[in-house]
Amino acid sequence: MLRLVIQRLGFGAMTILAASVLIFAGTEILPGDLASAILQNTATPENLAEMRLQLGLDRPAVVRYVEWIARAAQGDLGVSLSNQRPVADELAPRLRNSFFLAGFSALVAVPLAVFLGLMAAIYQNSFYDRAVNFFTLMTISIPEYLVGYLLVKYLSVRWQIFPSLANVMPETTFVDRIDLTFLPMLTLVLVVVAHMMRMTRASVLNIMASPYIEMAFLKGLTKTRVVVRHAFPNALAPIIAVIALNLAYLVVGVVVVESVFVYPGLGQLLVDAVSKHDVPLVQACGLIFSCVFILLNLTADVLGIISNPRLRRPR
Amino acid sequence: MRFRLYGQIVPLPAMIGLLIIGVNVVGAVFAPIIAPFAEADVVGDAWADADWTHLLGLDNLGRDVFSRLLYGARLSIGLSLLITTLSFIIGVIGGFTAAIGKGWIDTVLSRFVDLILAMPTLIFAFVVLSVMGTDLGVLVVTLACLDSVKVFRLARALAVNVSALEYVEVARLRGEGLWWVITREILPNTTAPLIAEFGLRFSFAFLFVAALSFLGLGVQPPTADWGSMVRDYREVIALDLAAPFYPAAAIALLTIGVNFVVDWLLAVQSRGYGEGA
Repeated sequence: MLRLVIQRLGFGAMTILAASVLIFAGTEILPGDLASAILQNTATPENLAEMRLQLGLDRPAVVRYVEWIARAAQGDLGVSLSNQRPVADELAPRLRNSFFLAGFSALVAVPLAVFLGLMAAIYQNSFYDRAVNFFTLMTISIPEYLVGYLLVKYLSVRWQIFPSLANVMPETTFVDRIDLTFLPMLTLVLVVVAHMMRMTRASVLNIMASPYIEMAFLKGLTKTRVVVRHAFPNALAPIIAVIALNLAYLVVGVVVVESVFVYPGLGQLLVDAVSKHDVPLVQACGLIFSCVFILLNLTADVLGIISNPRLRRPR
Repeated sequence: MRFRLYGQIVPLPAMIGLLIIGVNVVGAVFAPIIAPFAEADVVGDAWADADWTHLLGLDNLGRDVFSRLLYGARLSIGLSLLITTLSFIIGVIGGFTAAIGKGWIDTVLSRFVDLILAMPTLIFAFVVLSVMGTDLGVLVVTLACLDSVKVFRLARALAVNVSALEYVEVARLRGEGLWWVITREILPNTTAPLIAEFGLRFSFAFLFVAALSFLGLGVQPPTADWGSMVRDYREVIALDLAAPFYPAAAIALLTIGVNFVVDWLLAVQSRGYGEGA
């Protein structure tokens, strides 16, 4: 098992490296470069050349990539173009906010999804099960902002239960923070829960077809016990994988939800940076998002290996 | 009453889906004829209520919301179709080449695709947009390239299965070239799952383009597009007006319609032809 885990870790490290190369290359291969992104419409051949010299763009791309990645590894992510502040300082509070929102949503969504998925598997083909199926199809089709704005319209404008803007400050207390981020959390939960639930149901039902489950039924065990004690542990690996995928979505896909609720998270920062052509900031955000995404998938892989007894023993 | 299409019974959700798609396509294609006003014409006061000449009321600048929805459909649907088509051309050609070529071509392409799939593709779209600016051509090509990776996966898997069959071997032994084998032997036998995938990819591309426009990074004003309409109208949520919900609901409705049809196509395939017909 150890070899398998190390293999996965190696692949993960390689992927992160490749992602950093792609993020860097994305700004290299394309016709526009950093200098023209800064100068925009005021660019003339002369000041463009001067700016390139000033930014060190005349040196080979490989050298600049190594420099960039070496600095990033030490926590120096460069300087933002739009306000000349160090990117790392801009990112830190935003990153904390985004993790707070994603963590809050995950804390609610994961147990809920696993519970509802198991229920759907136990009451397979019942009205509840079919309702779940329909609901899932709806949630993958409905964009996050529609869900978000519907919640705002009813829960905050009409009935005024929750605030419509999640404008948290660094000094906001924990309780206020929960209250402010409740609607964004609810939106994210509604968006991811159906998918996780459906996958839980599918992987449990997949296991339910095996002979040992039939044996358990023939022993006279109740359906609930068979599903929870016999089928669920074996269905864990795919469930963990899908949970990790959705958590990765929570971190990357929060962009839209943060925009709906004007939440000062990493996603908002990224969108602002893209519209302002703030390339160093976009690269830094991209790097962080990619790392989180890859690490979550890696964790899922490793947990999947650990949860499968057949892989624990070397063959 | 039962409706059939190519010998297959069309269940109710799929019929609703086909109807939704049909209405949207007709609305988009004939927008200049159906729409009572031009998309950028100011025809009254801002946020005027709906009446019989302005079916859904007026927007933030006093433009007719219904007309803008019709014109917006052209861009929203057209862009997504373009992206999906392009990604299928790249993905299917790549996937089939990998499956038939085997050897090092397959290894290189598949490893590359695995690597890309392990990363969040959305982020690369952002990186490209930050450098290139929000140009629709760039947007289409970028999204198509990113999407083609997923098409590649499916196309390769399908082609590997089909190319192991005898008739493909016969064609090869007959001395047919690679192009013939791809277009005449493999493609016709993988169309059904590819069409279902096309629907699915279209709905994702559609939602993604709408989301980008919503974030202000896609279609730029004054052109109407459903995503940017939601963005333009969102300030009146606090006034309890319905305007932002029309474009958002249109996005959701079309996606639901496409998904209904995709679900049916997938069900037909898993059942196999002949049965249930």
